[in-house]
Amino acid sequence: MNGWIHHLIIAPILVPLVAAALMLFFDERQRVVKAMISLASTLILVAVSLTLLRIESGPSEFDGVYLLGNWAAPFGIVLVLDALSALMLLLTALLSVAALVFSFARWHAVGAHFHTMFQLLLLGLNGAFLTGDLFNLFVFFEVMLAASYGLLLHGSGPLRVKAGMHYIAVNLAAALLFLIGVSLIYGTAGTLNMADLAARIPDIEPDRRILMEAGAGVLGIAFLIKAGMWPLCFWLPTAYSAASAPVAGIFAIMSKLGIYIILRLTMLLFGEGPSAGFGADVLLYGGIATLIFGTIGVLASQALGRLAGFSVLVSSGTLLMVLGINDGAISSGALLYLVSSTLTISAFFMLIELVERGQDAGAIVLAVTMEAYGDADEDEPEEGDGVTMPGTMAILGICFAACGILLSGLPPLSGFIAKFAMLSAMMGTGAIGVPPTAAVWVLVFLVILSGIAALISMTRAGIRTFWSSLEGTVPRVLVIEIVPVMFLLFLTLALTVQAGPAMQYMDTTIRSLSNPRIYIDAVRKAAPIPDYDGAASTEAGGK
Amino acid sequence: MELVLATAIGVMTGCGVWLILRPRTYQVIVGLSLLSYAVNLFIFGVGGVKTNVPPILVDGVPTSTLADPVPQALVLTAIVIGFATTALFLVVLLASRGLTGTDHVDGRNEPK
Repeated sequence: MNGWIHHLIIAPILVPLVAAALMLFFDERQRVVKAMISLASTLILVAVSLTLLRIESGPSEFDGVYLLGNWAAPFGIVLVLDALSALMLLLTALLSVAALVFSFARWHAVGAHFHTMFQLLLLGLNGAFLTGDLFNLFVFFEVMLAASYGLLLHGSGPLRVKAGMHYIAVNLAAALLFLIGVSLIYGTAGTLNMADLAARIPDIEPDRRILMEAGAGVLGIAFLIKAGMWPLCFWLPTAYSAASAPVAGIFAIMSKLGIYIILRLTMLLFGEGPSAGFGADVLLYGGIATLIFGTIGVLASQALGRLAGFSVLVSSGTLLMVLGINDGAISSGALLYLVSSTLTISAFFMLIELVERGQDAGAIVLAVTMEAYGDADEDEPEEGDGVTMPGTMAILGICFAACGILLSGLPPLSGFIAKFAMLSAMMGTGAIGVPPTAAVWVLVFLVILSGIAALISMTRAGIRTFWSSLEGTVPRVLVIEIVPVMFLLFLTLALTVQAGPAMQYMDTTIRSLSNPRIYIDAVRKAAPIPDYDGAASTEAGGK
Repeated sequence: MELVLATAIGVMTGCGVWLILRPRTYQVIVGLSLLSYAVNLFIFGVGGVKTNVPPILVDGVPTSTLADPVPQALVLTAIVIGFATTALFLVVLLASRGLTGTDHVDGRNEPK
């Protein structure tokens, strides 16, 4: 054991839980106190996840398995920290700081319990990233979903309630599929611990393995709904564009949670052994279909919110496609793309709200879209107080252009580097003399095409917003609103400058993922702390 | 016994799927409830269908005659979570009914 630092593993779950519980003591009128608790919690999360990431990327052998209640692995519930979960924790924490600060300007005041639900959402996300147990994953997933239902409805209005209703219905159905999958797996393998399950798969006799694979398939559908694979994605653009800006900003990580779990489970359970490669074709073709659907959606979107929603699908589609190929070098490029695209989309969702605040010229075009998808008459929250941003249009324009560059994958920002890493791995620059096959050309073509589509759509939207405004009204934007957007965009810039170390980290991550033995052995060997006085007696008599 | 349980799960799932595809929110929520009952029974079933046996280890009793306690624990959690989320969904349905004046899932009135 590594002393107290070992307990940091559970901090990403405990900190938001305690913060959320604390906030229930305060009345809604004491919003400043709530905001401060919430901010403190997210800042602690950033510090903790940075520490965990540094430990994971360090050379030392860190024992990332945390036994809850000091019970050994297959019987007790474990939390497992590895390079991938540390990365996702940090990404979540950074997004949450940006979204939270953004909400201080006005959004946290338009409804009750914003901060409590926000912290519970973080609790669910962090728990899902850390857990090493399938059923615990379900519990954290539900915590996250329950909080997200509340957050999506935050701000109310007919459009949000309608989108929220569809979102909740779809996710309730997905949760039921999740349960069916989990129970099928338990029924055939007799375990819910992910590492134990991976170790037991070779021992399952063939006729029962089919049932296990069916269970895994049903389970996968639940996550693919979250990730937004075509044809399970029709709820996503509507729900995300209906959500208030800071909520949509943090929702950007939720579709990546689906991707994360699929990556984790396919690498762990179906990386090697008799069931190797299970579901890879579904991911590949599903990813391609999602990418095409998302690209068409990006081109067809008139409203910026829907454009961002379809960008989520493009990002999911690309990632699913790469998971289907399951090649080390391509996957590490894809991880970089995951980080970059999540930061971009989150920043874009928040930027949209600022840009559209002053936009009346496009209202006619917008009205047509809105008529097709629902009512446009949502209640705008009252103007917040604070310092107004000088040179608003210039800064908004620069941020918008940066988002466009990132979404389309143009140099010099990280969107380009990530796509370049993926594409060059697909073309196989490493293996000289092996020409890429026709299938690879199709994939390369699709990825580039989706970038062009994003470029066209963003240029069109940019011209309409910034150059052809008839009224010429400048939106009133507070510093506290634009700074989070700039912070996220700055992170993509940092990712560009530090692309070398970042790629190295992704490479290590994928290497350790593609060797599931490391994970399995770590969990199985983790022993309870022996000199814990009275552990045996209290456990025996306690329950 | 297995046949009865399987039939019950199948009938409830069938009814539930049909109901959630209906256009009225009330039908959707009843469908979701039926589906969750079916799933709960299904979880219960994967532990093996046994009657009148405790899930507690006792000295001298072979484990094969005991019930599996894990699905029972799972189903308990699933019931609680399912109940809470269904209640939350009900509130959203009421809000939607209040805002749109109709209980159509898309918030619009169908031609009668």
